[in-house]
Amino acid sequence: MNRWTEGLYQLRQYPSAIAGALLILFLVLLSLYTVITIPYSQAIEQWRGGEIWERNPVNAGPVWADRLTGGNAPATFTVEPRDEAVESQPFKGGQRVSMPLTFDYTADGFPSELNLFLSADYENTAPFIRLTWHTPDGRTIPLGNHQITGDRRISISQDWDLQRRLGALPHVGLFAEEPTAAASQREVQAGTYRLQVDAILFEDDAELDAELVVYGQVHGIAGTDHQRRSLLLALLWGTPIALAFGLLATVGTTVTTLVIAAVGVWYRGWVDAVIQRLTEVNMILPLLPILVMVGTLYSTSIWIMLGVVILLGIFSAGIKMYRAMLLPIREAPYIEAARSYGASNGRIVMRYMIPRVLPVLIPNFVTLIPTFVFLEASLALLGLGDPSLPTWGKILNDAQDQSALYHGFFYWVLEPALLLMLTGLGFAMLGFALDRVFNPRLRSI
Amino acid sequence: MAVSAEHPVVPGRGLLRDLRRLAVFMTKRIVALFLTVVVGVYLTILVANMGGKVDELRRIQIESTVAEEVRANPDFNDMSSQERNELINERVQLEVERLNLDEPFIWRSFDYLNQAIWLNLGRAEQMSSDRGSRDVYDIIGERLPATILLFGTANLLIFFSSVFIALRLSRRYGSPADRAVIGLAPTSAAPAWFYGIFLILFFAFIAPILPAGGMVDVPPPQSMTAYGLSVLKHMVLPVLAMFMSQIFISIYSWRTFFLIHSSEDYVEMARAKGLPEGRVERRYILRPTLAPIVTSFLLMLIGLWSGAIILEQVFNWPGLGTLLFQAIGHRDTPVIIGGVVIFAYLLALTVFILDILYAILDPRVRVGPE
Repeated sequence: MNRWTEGLYQLRQYPSAIAGALLILFLVLLSLYTVITIPYSQAIEQWRGGEIWERNPVNAGPVWADRLTGGNAPATFTVEPRDEAVESQPFKGGQRVSMPLTFDYTADGFPSELNLFLSADYENTAPFIRLTWHTPDGRTIPLGNHQITGDRRISISQDWDLQRRLGALPHVGLFAEEPTAAASQREVQAGTYRLQVDAILFEDDAELDAELVVYGQVHGIAGTDHQRRSLLLALLWGTPIALAFGLLATVGTTVTTLVIAAVGVWYRGWVDAVIQRLTEVNMILPLLPILVMVGTLYSTSIWIMLGVVILLGIFSAGIKMYRAMLLPIREAPYIEAARSYGASNGRIVMRYMIPRVLPVLIPNFVTLIPTFVFLEASLALLGLGDPSLPTWGKILNDAQDQSALYHGFFYWVLEPALLLMLTGLGFAMLGFALDRVFNPRLRSI
Repeated sequence: MAVSAEHPVVPGRGLLRDLRRLAVFMTKRIVALFLTVVVGVYLTILVANMGGKVDELRRIQIESTVAEEVRANPDFNDMSSQERNELINERVQLEVERLNLDEPFIWRSFDYLNQAIWLNLGRAEQMSSDRGSRDVYDIIGERLPATILLFGTANLLIFFSSVFIALRLSRRYGSPADRAVIGLAPTSAAPAWFYGIFLILFFAFIAPILPAGGMVDVPPPQSMTAYGLSVLKHMVLPVLAMFMSQIFISIYSWRTFFLIHSSEDYVEMARAKGLPEGRVERRYILRPTLAPIVTSFLLMLIGLWSGAIILEQVFNWPGLGTLLFQAIGHRDTPVIIGGVVIFAYLLALTVFILDILYAILDPRVRVGPE
């Protein structure tokens, strides 16, 4: 054990090792935080998309990126009627309700969408509403009449009639300073806006709730994708998945490969020959085409992929390297001593041969982890990622499918790429430093 | 084998003995490699056919196509449903026999294997080459040059520049340039496609000076020079991506390698004799290390054949990798198997060349005990 503590002590002298270790620590802490705060089932459920994301904007960038570059793009906000402003006038067999939804708008740039969420609680007759839009400069624009049955979403942005009247997209036209200017020259108008909801309820105890969602151009820390899903969820959950995949695949391949190489070296004869031949067959099999084949023909479950990666990795070219290292150890005097006191074959392989080469393999082991992390991302990029799991590669794949770079949604590509880069760098930096510490041939240089 | 110590070595006989040993060695390797290819290809056939399940899928597909055809044909409109069903069954049977789907899978798998090994790759089921041929041979032959062009260029560039730079660096050990390379080596943890995404972002979208993908402009230029220039322009980003992802680790490992070898006693001795540095480098460092250098060159070529899919996909490069991916998407078994057979043969060929070169470059292989 002395050798290990000494090695760790030496490691402290390499700044890159410390930086790498810190990066890995950060990723591990991030994974722990994610796994604790967002349960697995919840993450899967949410990533499937749908109604839970309906109050997020589509393809919105991260807020901080906009603010850092001195922008003041609108963020999403929700307007609810203030209780004191709601007026209700009862009449025979019902009530008139006036519900002003008032808000200040100061951002530069137009909102990306405008939706009104209404929910009505009634026995028999559905309430009836009339919507009017009041701009800061005193104009009023009628937005039509609606009957509200149960929960309803009124997509103001998709009102084609309104779009025709305004000569622009509704969320642009309603917020524009010059309603008559050409569509491209309109500028956003700051000030206090009001959406007036005038409702007629046909029952005494009927109730109506209204919420106006003004969708922004930026959203949260990580932004959103084309399905309004918050990228943060996938970025966070991608961390434990990437680390687990990388670690399991590395352990699975290196440990089995090492044990098999040691068994071959120890037993020699036909055992060794079979292992050698299998390794050669395996070297001829192209890993990635086979993985792609398994992914398209059988299943894209991440566990099946992991299994295939390990299976194909068992008889990898590494066996040749381990064999070269283990061959001289086989003849070492301490092995002979072990035999003479009657140690079993298994004991010699597992307790005497393998531990001897471990220090040389640790650096390899660490540098191998990012390879598998990137392999998982590569598979996802080819569209063979686990369909239900939110992973980094999945985000990249979605971005690629939606031509994110072409449309200028750079954050969509850069965020998962940054995390991948950090993972790769963290393990590689630590691994390279370990290599210099544990590989005696390099230490003298 | 005769032990040379017992007989005085005559120069001519020594050469003859070397050649004989080389021939025995090569024959053994060819047989072993051929068997390896056979097993590898057979495994691929098993996987690609999903252990016979692809055939069931195809049978169902045939049934539905035939039924559709019969229903759409006005000639059969006035048939009773029973007659029509009989007609459908008859046609399905014909199609099944034509494709040999009625034999058990295990027999057909050996049939496939036999054909694949002799590079009799058959006809594609769904895909066709750009010229319209359904021959798997033509389809693959059309894509192979693109892959070789791209990956050959990139890998040769990486290999020679890294060996050259490493040799220079190993002399200036500890200099700022040397340290920079050590510091940058971990960036190679990311594969080429990863850098590719960034390069596309910068050079195709933020500053649009280079194309984001493809191999040649659309429509392709008429004149040869314009065509060549256009291909060259499209190659810049993918080659750069591969270069960025591998150059530092490559320089780093060669540098370490040369450092270890340039501290050997015989090199010190040559230096002490006062030989010029260039000569020391060529005769005393490069010559003894030629075998491992060539090994790694060919191992790099092996990596070249298998790592193509994703980079080609990201850059939309019409090579073997993209083809294989499309074929898998279309469930086009002959093309998949054809692609993998070609991969396997190329790999085996590389391994074989490696063996021969090793035998030539490393005298120990020739004179060592058999």
